[in-house]
Amino acid sequence: MGFFTGLFWLAVAIIAAMAAGWVFRQAAIAVSPKGVAKELRTAPLTASFGMLMIILYILAAFFAPVIAPFSETEIVGREYQAWDNVHLLGTDNLGRDMMSRLIYAARNTVGIAFITTALAFLLGSVLGLLAAVVGGWVDQLLSRAVDVLMAIPALIFALLLLTIIGTSVINMILVIALIDSTRVFRLARAVAMNIVVMDYVEAARLRGESLWRLITREILPNAMAPLVAEFGLRFCFVFLTISALSFLGLGIQPPTADWGSMVKDNATLISFGDITPLLPAGAIALLTVSVNFVVDWQLHRASGLKE
Amino acid sequence: MSDKDILLTVKGLRIEGRSDDTWSEIVKGVDLTLHKGEVLGLIGESGAGKSTIGLAAMGFARDGCRISGGEINFDGIDLRAASESERRDLRGKRIAYVAQSAAASFNPAHKLIDQYSEAPIQHGVMGRGEAESDAKDLYARMQLPEPNDIGFRYPHQVSGGQLQRAMTAMAMACRPDLIIFDEPTTALDVTTQIEVLSAIRDIVEQFDTAAIYITHDLAVVAQMADRIKVLLKGEEVEEADTRTMLSNPTEDYTKSLWAVRSYARPEQPPVGDGTPVVSVRNVTAAYGITDVLHDVSFDIHPRRTVAVVGESGSGKSTTARVITGLLPPRRGETLFNGEALPIDYKKRTREQLRQAQMIYQMADTALNPKLKIRELIGRPAQMYLGLNGKALEDRTRDLLSLIELEPDNYIDRLPSELSGGQKQRIGIARALAAEPQFIICDEVTSALDQLVAEGILKLLDKLQSEFSLAYMFITHDLATVKSIADEVVVMKEGVVVEQGTKSEMFQPPHDPYTELLLSSVPEMDPDWLTTLLKERTATAT
Repeated sequence: MGFFTGLFWLAVAIIAAMAAGWVFRQAAIAVSPKGVAKELRTAPLTASFGMLMIILYILAAFFAPVIAPFSETEIVGREYQAWDNVHLLGTDNLGRDMMSRLIYAARNTVGIAFITTALAFLLGSVLGLLAAVVGGWVDQLLSRAVDVLMAIPALIFALLLLTIIGTSVINMILVIALIDSTRVFRLARAVAMNIVVMDYVEAARLRGESLWRLITREILPNAMAPLVAEFGLRFCFVFLTISALSFLGLGIQPPTADWGSMVKDNATLISFGDITPLLPAGAIALLTVSVNFVVDWQLHRASGLKE
Repeated sequence: MSDKDILLTVKGLRIEGRSDDTWSEIVKGVDLTLHKGEVLGLIGESGAGKSTIGLAAMGFARDGCRISGGEINFDGIDLRAASESERRDLRGKRIAYVAQSAAASFNPAHKLIDQYSEAPIQHGVMGRGEAESDAKDLYARMQLPEPNDIGFRYPHQVSGGQLQRAMTAMAMACRPDLIIFDEPTTALDVTTQIEVLSAIRDIVEQFDTAAIYITHDLAVVAQMADRIKVLLKGEEVEEADTRTMLSNPTEDYTKSLWAVRSYARPEQPPVGDGTPVVSVRNVTAAYGITDVLHDVSFDIHPRRTVAVVGESGSGKSTTARVITGLLPPRRGETLFNGEALPIDYKKRTREQLRQAQMIYQMADTALNPKLKIRELIGRPAQMYLGLNGKALEDRTRDLLSLIELEPDNYIDRLPSELSGGQKQRIGIARALAAEPQFIICDEVTSALDQLVAEGILKLLDKLQSEFSLAYMFITHDLATVKSIADEVVVMKEGVVVEQGTKSEMFQPPHDPYTELLLSSVPEMDPDWLTTLLKERTATAT
């Protein structure tokens, strides 16, 4: 019986998600300018649902102090209180309000992941495009350096670097950005390699265009689609890495709330059949899936595939 | 021929294609009858629906297309009503297909003979050993070299013309009643084209196979087909047997197709003090360690067009790369108005770069797809002439008018919103924007339909007299040379074989290679191929 009830609620959840996606899409089409609306019309329901969720996360991150009933760090009750009317999701291992911490963590985890990904992209794509356009020893030097960095397993390398330079938010951002930029570099270089052989790039070179203009006007616009798609995916990976590092105690430091360490701190409750510690993990999963829905749609559009 | 001989009838065929979720008709009610052993030529420009009709004759529609109306009856079988497995049974066995690009259609991971045997074994016509010995026999009939061994090579190990013949042999494997040839020689050089054409014609005659021959080249279809059907935008224009069609077309559209070949402009008299704009002096150039150009020299004078002709691999485009500075030569130099240019484009001044512009073969890859026409054309004017704001806008509009595109209509479009011919015009405008003295045209018309290509040639001609431009015109198409060149340079394997003015060039005596090239250009006479092959055999023995 339990299995079928589970299945039933899963189906309800999926239908509700799709319905929410549909409503969101219709609303978005209605309020958007004409060009954007036309694009939105091509979005499948999964992507619409993904966009809706991303927007909700962003809103939660921005308005955390307004939405959250309690403060992020204040101890407001006993440890491991059950769900009730005051503490909607109960309290954690120190007696802090779970709901409030969940909302604040959106700000910390998502914000830091975004900054890290942006940094990784800036570094990786600029160097990748440069390597492809200039070629020769510049390309060799950069590519081999990246190979060396990529040879070391990412998480272990991050742990190592963080142990050496010390744990702080800034250090974590820099380390993860550096490691992830190597992946971006490879992609950007590969994409740009296919573009630099095009006749229009040759024409621009023969015209005497500067390196900067070659990269920004001739190559980057044509490399945008795969890079944007990669940004979405990379964002998820970075996000998971941050949570993993936090879970291991090397990421975001207490008392700052973040989803990874929230799982770790409250893990004991799982033994008692309480699902509260799984909520932050669910928040991570939902965002990852949502971002991927949107990325899939964009990839699909960029590659020009039908069906 | 009696009705009993009818192999294929198509009545009122309608095919729809989808774009952005709307279906539009691309073939609008075409009728077609094919008798046993007969060859029907389908001709028309791109978008006429030739290939779509060819595939429909097998009961097949490409992805994104559907057959929406009409009848297709192949030897008593209604192909539209037949189940997919019945149709599959016919394909490869009784109806075969030869695609335009054999290189793209063969599976690069398997040997030719393995791919040959697949259809006969699949259809249970022959066993493996039988299929292989049959393949060798057909390879010999297709005049392939070393017929016993060539099948054991991979597709990349044989040349383009050989691959196309191997594919025709493969189509013949089950001795089909009908073969559909979709532009089988379009991607080949003229000299190779002859070999493929004669091989195809022989084998079709030997086995008395019916064929539908799809092409945009009138001269080719004249050699191959018994009857010709002319198509325009999915509709039939007219149909007649080959001789009648060539000598006496009734429709205006057909006449205009026929007339393209007759466009020619008079040779321009030399102008100026005799200093050539561009002078290539004793250039030897290499890719890696292999020399691909050997001691190439020629001059291009102001206001004249020098056509550089040769087959693929002859070094035509490489010469252009040396002139533009993309490939610094090992020896030799390029003079511009009598002064030596730095051999590497990176060392040339902006003024030197401005003076020599280039127009590319594939306008699709030569225009940045993410930039608007305004920027594509405006950028050289902005860079070289320092125009900005209103002056730049005016100049861009002038350029668009020059290439006969309405400025208001086109200035804010992206390249993807233009047709092939229009894109090529934008390429021309971009070259003109730099106000150069010299333009290299690299196969600018070879990707275009004949009528569109003629428009481009006329435009180039008009611009030449208006701005006193010198052109270097790279082409493999001698018809184009005839219509636009003043001087001709013939190249073969990186060597200049012969050069001179056009009138000298098209009159004997020729260099043997020039002779071969000239005689290989198909003519509109249906007996041309037969006569030519006879002559060649006679001289060979």
